[in-house]
Amino acid sequence: MSQVEVVGCTKRYGAIAALDNVSLKFVEGELFGLLGPSGSGKTTLLRAVAGFIDLDHGQVLLDGEDIGPIPVHKRDIGMVFQNYALFPHMTVFDNVAFGLSVRKMPAGEIKSRVDEILGLVRLGGLQERKPKQLSGGQQQRVALARALVTRPKVLLLDEPLGALDKHLREEMQVELRRIQREVGITTIFVTHDQEEAMTLSDRIAIMNQGRIEQLGPPLDVYEHPINRFAAGFLGVANFLEGRVVSVSGNEARIDLKLGGQAVAPADGYRAGDSAVLAVRPEKIGVDAGGRSAGVNQLSGKVIGAVFSGSSTTYRVQVDDQVISVFQQNSTPRRFQPDDPVTLHWSPEHNVPVAP
Amino acid sequence: MKRKLDIGGGIAKTYLALVLLFLYVPILVMALLAFNRSPLYQMPFEFDLVWFKALAENDRLLNAGWNSVVIALVNTVVATVLGTAAALAFSRYQFRGRQVMQLLLLPPITIPWLVIGTAMLVFFYWTFPLMGLRPRGLHAILLGHVALSLPYVIIVVGARLADFPKAVEEAAATLGATPWQTFWRVSAPIIAPGVVAAALFAFATSFDQFVISYFLAPPGVTTLPVEIYTSIRKGFTPEINAISTIIIAVSMGVMLITARFYKFGGER
Repeated sequence: MSQVEVVGCTKRYGAIAALDNVSLKFVEGELFGLLGPSGSGKTTLLRAVAGFIDLDHGQVLLDGEDIGPIPVHKRDIGMVFQNYALFPHMTVFDNVAFGLSVRKMPAGEIKSRVDEILGLVRLGGLQERKPKQLSGGQQQRVALARALVTRPKVLLLDEPLGALDKHLREEMQVELRRIQREVGITTIFVTHDQEEAMTLSDRIAIMNQGRIEQLGPPLDVYEHPINRFAAGFLGVANFLEGRVVSVSGNEARIDLKLGGQAVAPADGYRAGDSAVLAVRPEKIGVDAGGRSAGVNQLSGKVIGAVFSGSSTTYRVQVDDQVISVFQQNSTPRRFQPDDPVTLHWSPEHNVPVAP
Repeated sequence: MKRKLDIGGGIAKTYLALVLLFLYVPILVMALLAFNRSPLYQMPFEFDLVWFKALAENDRLLNAGWNSVVIALVNTVVATVLGTAAALAFSRYQFRGRQVMQLLLLPPITIPWLVIGTAMLVFFYWTFPLMGLRPRGLHAILLGHVALSLPYVIIVVGARLADFPKAVEEAAATLGATPWQTFWRVSAPIIAPGVVAAALFAFATSFDQFVISYFLAPPGVTTLPVEIYTSIRKGFTPEINAISTIIIAVSMGVMLITARFYKFGGER
């Protein structure tokens, strides 16, 4: 098991910074997700660790050693590419054996190592197939087996599940997690899919414009986003703007632009500060009737209701803003467009974020 | 609806039959007459191998055939190596004049051979003596053929490279393969069908070439097409049919084997 660290990495393409002074430590054996929109620098960072990119500044350290000058083929990494990049002219066996055979390993040993890893990814019996004769999920497993068979120090995954349909993707997420645990390899993966990042990762970093916006375990980042970008990119968030009127102890009272007041964690606010609160849609309750708005309450009118099996998503017009609300369908109460409603939530669900 | 389809199918089948008929019947007749005893192509057909025996003793025709084969083979190797290298350069690297050079590949294909042949003859008369070479001869024919085949090779290999999955080379590198190993074990096998097809084009371009060979051949040196042309003008015997039959049999055999091996046009 190995530890990877990037220090002060910067890469510019013309005026655009793909990486802007990024420093990050990947802990031994963890599954780390780099999450961000396209152009956020997540893939650039992954490719810098692989050695495909010459950084303008900064270092990539593998177990404390600067691997910057080491070419890709001597770095001892495993990588799974977005479209798998299987060798189309080779069988499954030859694909997986490739990394061992370029190392001049004896044929007998190659065979037992390949059979072992194909067992791990549950592909035994398909050794003689060509990549074209495999389903997307099977190709994914071959790519994974090929990357792992050389027992690399670190595994890099570039949008590994992006090419699969939803059902297969969910199945492969579970598989990927299992295999990564069994091998215990330090793994870094890139995704733009927030659900995938949350399901798979021990820790995630949300990237935007070449910088890391927030870093931590998925649950922490989800429940306590520190800024507007992190809150909006990982999951859905309603942003309530206002001005702090008073702070007492660890509670702040905030006058909301939409009307009424919110009580939120003080979070370093002082009276007179402007504030932005992020409220997750599933934390908000809906009651009938647009009665007066109290603390942590807003009244509005339903303008849309989307039923999706286990839950319903309401869009509620409050003044000039539309608030999203998820309701589990465990309550019999359903609202229709034009119904007046009151929204309410607890103080701890107001998360102060940087604007 | 079904009736309509049948009429359409009938037209398609007739059309296909006619195409095959016009393509293959003349060749079949030509081959058949190689085995006919009459020197004047007269019927009735009498099977005999007399023209193949005569061919074995016809030094002019055999010499010309040998020249053609050697030139075509050398041309294939030279044009395929140079053309593949050029196609790789065009698809992998950005350099000054890249697009202009790619555009300049196409006109030679459309310029009539007669014009190219004349131009080459004039040019070689002017330049070869400066290098101490005679202006005409097998070396001039070879150079002309290479120049003629190169655009075909570059275009055919380039088409294969256009849908080359680039990530496989990166994948090979992450698996520990040196750039050398990556080229020979991953890239080369993937582009191989394109290179083989290009080599076939180069071979055929040279082997079939008449006009340029005719211009650049000094008296006494000929290639097969030139010799066949000369023989026809002088009055000829079915020996011509015999050598043509051999050529067609060999080239069809080569085509069929390659096509089967690389599954042209189908799944690879």
